[in-house]
Amino acid sequence: MLRLRDIKAYYQTPGAVVKAVDGVTLDVGENEILGIAGESGCGKSTLLKVLYGSLEPPLKIVAGKVEAELKNEGGKLVTLGPREIRKHWWRFISYIPQGSMSFLNPVVRIEQQFLDAVARKQQFTNKREIHERISSYLKELQLSIEVLNAYPHQLSGGMRQRVLVALGTFLHPEIVLADEPTTALDVVTQKGVLLMLAQVRERMKNSLVIVSHDIGLHYQIAHRIAIMYNGKIVEVGPTERVFEMPLHPYTQMLIQSLPRVGDHKHRQGISGRPPSLIDPPAGCRFAARCPFVMDSCREEMPPLLEIEPDHFVACYLHREPIQPGKGVR
Amino acid sequence: MSDLLLEIRDVTKVFKRGGVLFGTQFLAVDHVNLSLDRQKPSVLSIVGESGSGKTTLAKIILKLHEPTSGNVLLEGKSIFGTHSNLDSLGYYRTVQPIFQNPFETFSMRKQVDSYLYDTALNLKIAKDRKEARDIITDALSSVGLEINAVAGKYANQFSGGELQRISIARGLIPRPKLIVADEPVSMIDASLRMNIVNIFLSLKKKYHVSFIYITHDLSTAYYVSDYVAIMYRGDVIEYGSSDRVLTNPMHPYTELLLNSVPAVGKKWDRHLKLPDVELKEYQNTACKFANRCPFVQPVCRQNKPPRVQIPGDREVLCFKPVDYALDRTTLSLERETTYRDDLKVNLPGPESLSADGGGPKS
Repeated sequence: MLRLRDIKAYYQTPGAVVKAVDGVTLDVGENEILGIAGESGCGKSTLLKVLYGSLEPPLKIVAGKVEAELKNEGGKLVTLGPREIRKHWWRFISYIPQGSMSFLNPVVRIEQQFLDAVARKQQFTNKREIHERISSYLKELQLSIEVLNAYPHQLSGGMRQRVLVALGTFLHPEIVLADEPTTALDVVTQKGVLLMLAQVRERMKNSLVIVSHDIGLHYQIAHRIAIMYNGKIVEVGPTERVFEMPLHPYTQMLIQSLPRVGDHKHRQGISGRPPSLIDPPAGCRFAARCPFVMDSCREEMPPLLEIEPDHFVACYLHREPIQPGKGVR
Repeated sequence: MSDLLLEIRDVTKVFKRGGVLFGTQFLAVDHVNLSLDRQKPSVLSIVGESGSGKTTLAKIILKLHEPTSGNVLLEGKSIFGTHSNLDSLGYYRTVQPIFQNPFETFSMRKQVDSYLYDTALNLKIAKDRKEARDIITDALSSVGLEINAVAGKYANQFSGGELQRISIARGLIPRPKLIVADEPVSMIDASLRMNIVNIFLSLKKKYHVSFIYITHDLSTAYYVSDYVAIMYRGDVIEYGSSDRVLTNPMHPYTELLLNSVPAVGKKWDRHLKLPDVELKEYQNTACKFANRCPFVQPVCRQNKPPRVQIPGDREVLCFKPVDYALDRTTLSLERETTYRDDLKVNLPGPESLSADGGGPKS
């Protein structure tokens, strides 16, 4: 559906070059939810900007390419530059941002924002038809039609986020990108918004890329999960497998650090901090915080290898595909 | 001297919206009673979604808001009203805050350690900067930092986790008995979150500091706290030891919260209806959760639910905690019988059903 080939996207400022995404290869499959997890500053939002073609200076793609299979071009794989991706906004690819308040125009009613954003892209004969399409779509998503007449500040945070989901999926895009769609929301609303996203995707059979630092959230809805650390992808795999058998020490420590209700076991966070993106180390980026660090880790970045079907990891602890039925560590 | 460190006595806070004639009242905190023991340091979590009044309550405890009615007592001394016999200095030596966003706690234009010196000098903990330096070194070391790594630096030179630890160290300078932490880890990366939470536990053990931990994250609340108060639209709807409340909830809302945690190992059930209009719930004088409750009965929409006392220092604001607990299939048979026996003795009679709230709990 959408392929990233060895993407390097850097923020090129006069003082320094911040290597936010440094050699990422990732596929977004058809009809799947892909979760991208990682701590703040690991480049996950920048990766999403690359996918969305929303690159503004100083951010620049310095190497690699984005390839997409466009249905209206006969399913052929074409290379897309940021400009080309922009032409396909809303219809092929759409974006649900984190801060609903800064994305929605505060002085324009929701209905007008629908018209501005998406209705222009679609051929409609008259205004009533547009209005009916929007209202029936909101009804389909079980949102009350009153929101169309409201200004953004009159809606609660959860409601605004649901309006954004409706806006982003109105034209049935083939790929929906969501950048921390629920960070500012509390747990109950978060669950509501995420389930809504998952249900809408289920109905449209399209792909959803969801970025969040909360790996519990990925466990709940993602089919595949990619763990990012310091501009690199360190592990990708089916969500079930990654949580059952995390291969990268970073993934293992992340999962182990999560407290659970009903379990009083002592939990430890990961000590230390990630290296600078301006001058990253030559070897594995996690080496300084890794309890299993070896000499080879500090010399060269381990390649992303397929250890079991569809489960990739970049770590020297895992160089060989594992035998079926044999656990690792 | 009272044997309670902190007593929140029937605290209510009303915010007004709009004008005098047509304005609406907004009950942010509704007759809340909570207390913390003085002898045994403990962590009390106040859990609720946004708009539940948990931050307003924290601000009242921190003297940043004045309650509309009720009072807060610190070691038996009231901190509000004309009879207040506690000065600010004494108050902030006993109670210290930690705020949510460490990048807003510290200004980018001021050196971070100047906040530490200011705290030590303004609260008259230290006579001069030299003495202050020793106290600060001590406070920083108890959160795992060194003074040389902090001195002379600005906030943007630290990660969020480090800044939050400096924020805790600042709070520790006067050796407070109580720290009120408002969502202290929600802005911190998941990989560092547990390090901060573990600091709370070690401070409780080492310095006998009690904590009020405000959060909407039930899993860290379970990990860190001894007691938990679940708030909904200004009401404390369930209170008790965190072990019992969070593993065996008796209020339907507590269970809704628990089922919404994105926990690893337990997948969500696939249906949840979010409410459309929320403001009305604050003004509702009957049960505020009635519109969302799966076990709602006619009485829930007419009267305020009673505060049902359950043995083991636990209470639930619900008409049917017993039946609700029995309806739940997850309850084991053994638990069912114990709760049934517990509650037979303590269920209020019909005459007390219309009374609003219970008395202060001690």
